[in-house]
Amino acid sequence: MRASELRNGQMAKIAGVQAGGLKEKLTEMGCIEGDYLKRLYVAPMGDPLAFEINGYTLALRVEEANLIEVEGSSIHES
Amino acid sequence: MSREIRIVLAGNPNSGKTTLFNALTGLNQKISNLPGTTVDKKTGQFQIGEDKCVLYDFPGTYSLYPKGEDERISVRYLLSNENKKDVILYVADAGNLKRNLLLYSQIADLGIPMVLALSMTDMAEKKGIQTDVRKLSEELGVIVCPVDARHERGLDKLKDALLKASQPVHRTFFSNLKCFTGSGAASYQTVLLNRISEKETDTASDIADLTAASETVERYRIIDNILEQCVLKALKRKSDFTQRMDAILMHPVYGFIIFYAFLFVLFQTIFRIADYPMQWIETGFSMFSAWSADMIPEGMMNSLVSDGIIPGVGGVLVFLPQIIFLFAFIAVLEDSGYMTRISFMTDRMMRAFGLTGRSVVPLIGGMACAIPSIMAARNIENKKDRLITILVTPLMSCSARLPVYTLLIGMLSPQVKYGWLDVRGLMLFGMYLLGFVSALFFAFIFKLFIRQKEGNFFILEMPDYRMPQLKNIILTIREKAGDFVFNAGKVILIVSIVLWFMASFGPPQTFENIEKRYQTYTHSDKEEKIKSEKLEASFAGILGRTIEPAISPLGYDWKIGIALITSFAAREVFVGTLSTIYNVGNESEEETMREVLSGQKNPKTGQQVFSTATILSLLVFYAFAMQCISTLAVTYRETRSKIWPAVQLVYMSGFAWLMSYLTYTLFN
Repeated sequence: MRASELRNGQMAKIAGVQAGGLKEKLTEMGCIEGDYLKRLYVAPMGDPLAFEINGYTLALRVEEANLIEVEGSSIHES
Repeated sequence: MSREIRIVLAGNPNSGKTTLFNALTGLNQKISNLPGTTVDKKTGQFQIGEDKCVLYDFPGTYSLYPKGEDERISVRYLLSNENKKDVILYVADAGNLKRNLLLYSQIADLGIPMVLALSMTDMAEKKGIQTDVRKLSEELGVIVCPVDARHERGLDKLKDALLKASQPVHRTFFSNLKCFTGSGAASYQTVLLNRISEKETDTASDIADLTAASETVERYRIIDNILEQCVLKALKRKSDFTQRMDAILMHPVYGFIIFYAFLFVLFQTIFRIADYPMQWIETGFSMFSAWSADMIPEGMMNSLVSDGIIPGVGGVLVFLPQIIFLFAFIAVLEDSGYMTRISFMTDRMMRAFGLTGRSVVPLIGGMACAIPSIMAARNIENKKDRLITILVTPLMSCSARLPVYTLLIGMLSPQVKYGWLDVRGLMLFGMYLLGFVSALFFAFIFKLFIRQKEGNFFILEMPDYRMPQLKNIILTIREKAGDFVFNAGKVILIVSIVLWFMASFGPPQTFENIEKRYQTYTHSDKEEKIKSEKLEASFAGILGRTIEPAISPLGYDWKIGIALITSFAAREVFVGTLSTIYNVGNESEEETMREVLSGQKNPKTGQQVFSTATILSLLVFYAFAMQCISTLAVTYRETRSKIWPAVQLVYMSGFAWLMSYLTYTLFN
């Protein structure tokens, strides 16, 4: 599934980032295969989304989160 | 023998780089512009013993692979062999080492001596992260200095390290340069420079993009291995202040309410509170001008200084309170980390209009004054978004329009109230709405027409909340205020003087003739009548008559035309000019002024000059027309181009003319 499909509090493992103009930027910001990301909250209109990844908070538009493939989602109790 | 050491600061945004820069250099810093670009370079100085250190700072970045034109310029500067660098001082956020070390790893591969400053260790500890500094230093092969720039701790050890660093870093990261297809890339530096040229000429291939991404993945793998040995993360995260704050501030309901409350406070502060110091400045300069009029012997020099230069300088300095307040606000927002949350909340809505989340603050500020707001747009990274924001901000009804609105609305409707609803208040609100809607409208249009070379992305780091630092705020204000006064200020002053000249002088003899004619006049309004006739006979008056054909379709005569011209210096001058032309006398008596103006009749047609149609047309004109040289000056400064202020002038004035014409025709 895609990162944009996660819900608040759900954590998943990154399976890959779609090739294209933003892959380079997303990778630099830490969206690496095998790393975990967790959706934290969402903006009032459903876009953008805020994720926790590699220890910091990263905000992505839905169209950007669509580029990230994730697997094995679970609700993470913190 | 003392030497000069050239140090370049590097690091991610939000890594504490700026705080460290300020801690090291204090007031010894200045901003200079990289010629021909919109990129600014900060330079500062400090001493270590006898040695002088020059510190350079560029906007933070996440990677040497540039994502936009400004970044290309900065990176190119960094890679250029012409700009000698002795040491790179890399600032890494201890709470976020993995991502912070990516850029570090790239710079390490360039072969320049480095020192690694580990910042915000206190915040890292609160998050349960502990770094083994010694091990990290060993693994990276570089001197690592923990620093607390906010409390100025660790700086001495840092300075020692800077003196000692003279060898390239021991551990490099990415050695597989061969995977970059390109004629024998000899060094990482060459690879990067090639990449920059590719992006500039749009010749980058998909393969090049993928190569860069896989290089990044490789770098992160190495960084992961290193950090495993050096960083200890508590299994159970201690309660995270940021996440608790975000639970409230980013709450779907409360968050938005808090945001609106904050916007309201912002607006009120700039609008109302800045008013007091602004009045002091205006009064002060008025007094200064009157004093100099007494002191300097009669003649042109007297008028030039008292009526031209002093008010001109006053007209520049009067903006300082608003600039200071707005930038203090913005500095607090940026430093605390809340600014990114604002962008986050408003992005979706703003994007529909070709704006961005970061446009919100300039737009709101524009309701007080466009000048500091346009300067604030510099925070917007994307060039197209920044440009559009700058182009439409002047449409927001600024405070200078208020005296004009008040006068005209007052003439239009007496104090009619429907229950508790004040008609005039409603009309005023309508004017603000008009400004806001037109700004969104034009933003939408510009979005369609302005081409954008670089991709538009949001991908934004939302930093941990932290306490804004007073020192940072003060230094920011000092920089912005100075930039305005010495750069935009020059242009404003010159144009003010030109307008003063046009309003004070006419063809030779005309002024003398007027004086002669009034020599035997004994009524009490002699002074006013002379002033009024002189204004009509001046160059400004001549210009007013010249443009009359162009403005009569809008319902204006040449006398109003003069007021339109003089209010080009500042919109509120409109009121003062009208009162002079119609020799109202005591211009602060609003009732009188309204009565006098309403009673004016056109000598040719016998019709009321300020008819309903004309007043409405004037209101619309002032809502849309570009009548502020200060705005044009600041736009020129921020875009470094004469085109965009020209675009502002043309599109706004053209639109104003059209809408005024329609309004007048409709209501006539």
